[in-house]
Amino acid sequence: MKRIALLGMPNTGKSTLFNRMTGASARVGNWPGITVELLTGKILLGSDMVEVIDLPGIYDLHGFSEDEQVVRHFLHENVPDLALVVLNATQIERQLSLLLQLRQLNLNMVVLLNMADEARKFGITIDAGKMSEALGIPIFLLSAKYGSGYPEALQAATKALRYTTPGMAEQLRDQLEQDEYIESEMARVLQHSVQVPARMSDNLTTQLDRLMLHPWLGLPIFFGIMFLLFQAIFFFGQPLQTGVGMLFTWLHDAALVPLLSSLPDALQGLLLDGIYNGVATVATFVPIIVLFFLFMAIVEDTGYLSRAAFLMDALMAKMGLDGRSFVMLLMGFGCNVPALMGTRVMRSRTLRLLTMLVIPFSLCSARLQVFVFITAALFAPKSAALVLFSLYLLSFASAILTALLFKRFFPSNEPFVLELPPYRFPTLRQMVLRGWHEVHHFVHRATKFIVAGVVLVWLLTHMPPSAAPASADTWAGIVGGWLHPLFAPTGITPELTIALIFGFVAKEIVIGSLAVIYGLSGHALTNELAGQLDWVQAYSFMLFTLIYTPCLSAIATLRSESKNTGFTLVSILWSLSLAWLVSITFYQGARALGY
Amino acid sequence: MPAVALSSLTPGEGATIVAIHTDEPLHQRLLAMGFRTGKHIEVIRKARFSGPLQVRIGTTDILVRKNEAEQIKVRKV
Ligand SMILES: Nc1nc2c(ncn2[C@@H]2O[C@H](COP(=O)(O)OP(=O)(O)O)[C@@H](O)[C@H]2O)c(=O)[nH]1
Repeated sequence: MKRIALLGMPNTGKSTLFNRMTGASARVGNWPGITVELLTGKILLGSDMVEVIDLPGIYDLHGFSEDEQVVRHFLHENVPDLALVVLNATQIERQLSLLLQLRQLNLNMVVLLNMADEARKFGITIDAGKMSEALGIPIFLLSAKYGSGYPEALQAATKALRYTTPGMAEQLRDQLEQDEYIESEMARVLQHSVQVPARMSDNLTTQLDRLMLHPWLGLPIFFGIMFLLFQAIFFFGQPLQTGVGMLFTWLHDAALVPLLSSLPDALQGLLLDGIYNGVATVATFVPIIVLFFLFMAIVEDTGYLSRAAFLMDALMAKMGLDGRSFVMLLMGFGCNVPALMGTRVMRSRTLRLLTMLVIPFSLCSARLQVFVFITAALFAPKSAALVLFSLYLLSFASAILTALLFKRFFPSNEPFVLELPPYRFPTLRQMVLRGWHEVHHFVHRATKFIVAGVVLVWLLTHMPPSAAPASADTWAGIVGGWLHPLFAPTGITPELTIALIFGFVAKEIVIGSLAVIYGLSGHALTNELAGQLDWVQAYSFMLFTLIYTPCLSAIATLRSESKNTGFTLVSILWSLSLAWLVSITFYQGARALGY
Repeated sequence: MPAVALSSLTPGEGATIVAIHTDEPLHQRLLAMGFRTGKHIEVIRKARFSGPLQVRIGTTDILVRKNEAEQIKVRKV
């Protein structure tokens, strides 16, 4: 099958073009010579199926960044039959340098000057015909987002594919480094074919930025936007998640239980409470991921994410992070899983890993449910708000501490030079496709891991069959017994230790597991907890719940996004140790003070 | 006019790039972003608390951190 590779600088619209070409059929795949996965899709072009590959954006064919190495290795190992070079027409003056570098590789190329709509709006005129003549490469104007010029571009690609690739000239490096050659070539090509107005006239962007990046108002507006986003995800996500949960419960009660009732109890438990619950856990994340990325598509595509970087950089740079990390951290307060996936916008791997190490400390909505329940059980209504607020503060503090401690192990290897694009609004199609791709990715990558984890915890809390579920005689109870010397000094009781083992799967089930452990629910459970624990123990338990591993889905995501089991283990171990240290310090401190 | 650091310009000021003294990876990235000697550059705004600068070269707006902008020498026009 013939291969078409999309090449170009970041933010030129490669993904937009790729999505237009392949629709929802794109898949991630591995390629020889490189370690990262690339999106590919198969399409019918003319009468042949061809494979389209979306390569990472590069600034310079000889750059030092990871993406630049990936592209070099890819081109070396898998010479494409056609390179579709995507350039941003509004920045043609500087992007031409990459094209000139690529031209020297002797690849079979078609150049697409994307964002033709914006170029027109900004008063930039480009004579594609003249430019094509000057360079000896077919060049077309295109708007990947709105589709104008797309049929012509496809036709040109089809035509170019009929010729075989000349192959790549070796030993080009020396020649390529002749900057002067590139500069004089740029001037020659641009002279006759491009006219740029003396001043850019994107009034909308200038005016919006005057407000959004205002010295005093910029930060309050930023936090306002984040708050709204967060509320929106919560507002729409909660009912959807509940809905999916109810659907699965209904299916469980109405169909599966009667269907499986003839099987032995243990097998029933394994199938229903283990495997089926695992699948249901995956499913409840689907609506929240879709919603999150619908909104993320807006924040990213409008260009606001770069503005957030501008506003927050002074603070975040001290922690070895950048403004985009901060946005993901904040979004993590809704749900850690999509926030971890969202770090993919950061192209520096070390920056991304450090951000992923920090996000799990965000107090997500699942943990909030636990805290609301326990606070209601053990604290007077007037101190409840203060308790919750203190937990939010501690969540930030743990994140900051982690960043400060670990930043030297993750020194950023990528220069921080971000482009500030003009404000744009994504089309509905772009938003929906984004949501779809991310959900597909999550379900594909995380399902096995999550189901296995849920089954494991089910086994721990239900085996041996002679023991009452979640009691001290189960394996979980036995493990809880071993751990008791470790947990006693934190004030966490053996019953609560078993709840923490459940909480490893998902924080949503912690309260439910307490109900199983005590054999009580609702008010009776509240009263039992209030009788068994004092507030110091309860707060210590909440601290541990806040800081230790958020849930199995977060671990699965950490693992699939970092592709590094060692890193995932470090993250789990660190959060467990920190949780233990904070709980013990608090508990012993409070007791020493006489509480 | 003597050359000064890009970071010393105030918002609204324009200048010509005379030298880039950064390390190699950053230098290469800056080149690709359009930072070449002789090019006109304008500081649009500066973030608070010694944060990054927003600069404009041709039709591209770019964020650079303050300590990196110190390594770029310009001559005011
Ligand atoms: N106005 C306009 N915007 C576009 C066009 N193509 C892409 N974009 C936008 O440019 C931004 C970057 O596009 P993306 O496909 O993510 O670029 P990539 O980094 O090269 O993959 C997004 O906000 C797109 O919506 C276009 O033809 N016209």
